[in-house]
Amino acid sequence: MKPTHHFQAERVVAGYENKTVIHGVDLVIPSHKISVIIGSNGCGKSTLLKTLARLIKPASGTITIDGKPLGKIPPKQLARVVGLLPQSPIVPEGITVTDLVGRGRFPHQSLFGNWTKKDYAAVAEAMETMRITEFADRHIDELSGGQRQRVWIAMALAQETDILFLDEPTTFLDITYQVEILDLLTDLNRRHGTTIVMVLHDINLSARYADHIIALHEGKLVAEGAPSEVITSPLVKDIFGMDSEVIADPVSGSPMVVPKGRYHVIGSPVQEA
Amino acid sequence: MTHTNPTITLIMAGRRRRQGRWILVTSLLAVLACVLCCAMLMLGNTVYPVKDVIRALSGEQIKGVSFAVSTIRLPRMLAGLFAGFAFGVAGYVFQTMLRNPLANPNVIGITSGSSVAAVFCIVVLQASGAVISVASVVAGLATVILIYLLSRGKAFSIGRLILIGIGIQAMIDAAISYLMLISAEQDLPAAVRWLTGSLNGAQMDRLPPLMIAVLICTPIIIVLGKQLNLLELGEQAATSLGVDTDKSRIALIVSSVCMIAIATATTGPIAFVSFLAGPIAKRLVGIGFSNIIPAGLVGINLVLAADLIGQFATPYRFPVGIITGLLGAPYLIFLLVRMNRKGEL
Repeated sequence: MKPTHHFQAERVVAGYENKTVIHGVDLVIPSHKISVIIGSNGCGKSTLLKTLARLIKPASGTITIDGKPLGKIPPKQLARVVGLLPQSPIVPEGITVTDLVGRGRFPHQSLFGNWTKKDYAAVAEAMETMRITEFADRHIDELSGGQRQRVWIAMALAQETDILFLDEPTTFLDITYQVEILDLLTDLNRRHGTTIVMVLHDINLSARYADHIIALHEGKLVAEGAPSEVITSPLVKDIFGMDSEVIADPVSGSPMVVPKGRYHVIGSPVQEA
Repeated sequence: MTHTNPTITLIMAGRRRRQGRWILVTSLLAVLACVLCCAMLMLGNTVYPVKDVIRALSGEQIKGVSFAVSTIRLPRMLAGLFAGFAFGVAGYVFQTMLRNPLANPNVIGITSGSSVAAVFCIVVLQASGAVISVASVVAGLATVILIYLLSRGKAFSIGRLILIGIGIQAMIDAAISYLMLISAEQDLPAAVRWLTGSLNGAQMDRLPPLMIAVLICTPIIIVLGKQLNLLELGEQAATSLGVDTDKSRIALIVSSVCMIAIATATTGPIAFVSFLAGPIAKRLVGIGFSNIIPAGLVGINLVLAADLIGQFATPYRFPVGIITGLLGAPYLIFLLVRMNRKGEL
């Protein structure tokens, strides 16, 4: 079981050169849980995730792990505790699956030297967890989108961090693969107690797979907590600006958002624009 | 230790196989480089047998042989050896770090920047040795900074960096031509040397700066080899894996520019070697392991083979840069066409 960490953001303001995207967010990431950041396009989900994962330096405010500011921890040491799967990593042409997954071992390796037994064991376990063992010697450019995404997640797993951030790990994938990846991440969380924080686009899959929801609107935290408490039709109206009905997901029992558009609403006349 | 996990056995076998290929190919490249070095010493107006060459090199005075080997052929061979290695390694570092074969000192004008500084020092200031080395390193770094500043824009784009680099390259080459024109004493061979590179007239006393640069910078680059491989995955992936991206990048750029600038000051910008070496090494070795050394060895082989071809394959004596240019230019066009099709430019 992975150790428990206290990961906290206080009054974090962050963004890009001349545009502030996150306007003062306070939150604590619950250890050993799956947290999902939700919100509409451009609300700052991805920016918040990148700031928490130290890819963007906050303009003000602090992010600490066990009381220590992230910036004060040597990068390699921090990389053994906090990992991030970027939204669009770059594939070097012609690299094999094993070698790419192995690059995730960097924070555990010395300057020189070949792979140790620990490196082999970690790479093997990551590949088994993501079910990509059969592709071990294949070139990554020969794989499908869903298989490739599993390879990238395996690289992040080989890093063996206690906390793993993922930026839209299911984008561009068919629904089958989206569910498969979320199942595999849940396996990881249940078996090892890895704390997972991710941005997902699909609110219903978020509600189903998250233990903890972080709802953002225009760079501010508007609600957080268990999906059943947070995901309500007023909240959906607030953050997506859309009418909806929230019912129980017939499969999981988690909240399910059923959107209401102008057409196809039973018992209400069509309102033409 | 034995283990029963079949996955570990599988990935170990795969890595051993790729490592085996790395060792085999790298050794073959090293052997080929040795053969070419020997050929450089043996061949010339008169062909000397190996035993005479060895005797001459060990200090024995043999009439005719000693002068030809020690004063003409040895410096020529060493200049090709060290410059080829420097061009190969530095080119590979840039191509890997910027994830694009076109992002290369030779294509984006860094070599030309060093070249113009060297020409200016020689033609206008009539400076020598150390001054030329320092000036070409400074000019090389200045060119890097200039290209970076001009290509920054709103978001960094490698495509823009390459196009701006090609533009700067054209401007600097014009400046080199102008300097050649105003220098009355300079003859045609010298002009060719500063535009395409040549090993003609290499002299022993001009080699130490290049040798020192290669011996200092290569270990730095090798130590940063793992960081370089992670930078290839993109800024975000490298940062989250614990690479101090700014520090690593600066150390890699400064070391590469030092090598390439001093090599340029010594032999001229031997065309396209830094551009070709990395991709050839990758094709031969695969990319699971570090390709720094293989790229350097390919660089050596390219320069020495091209120089031998230039000297002996035709009735004319072509400088090495003309031959490497003949190899590199079609590859450049091929890459541009392919990138254009993929919409990468």
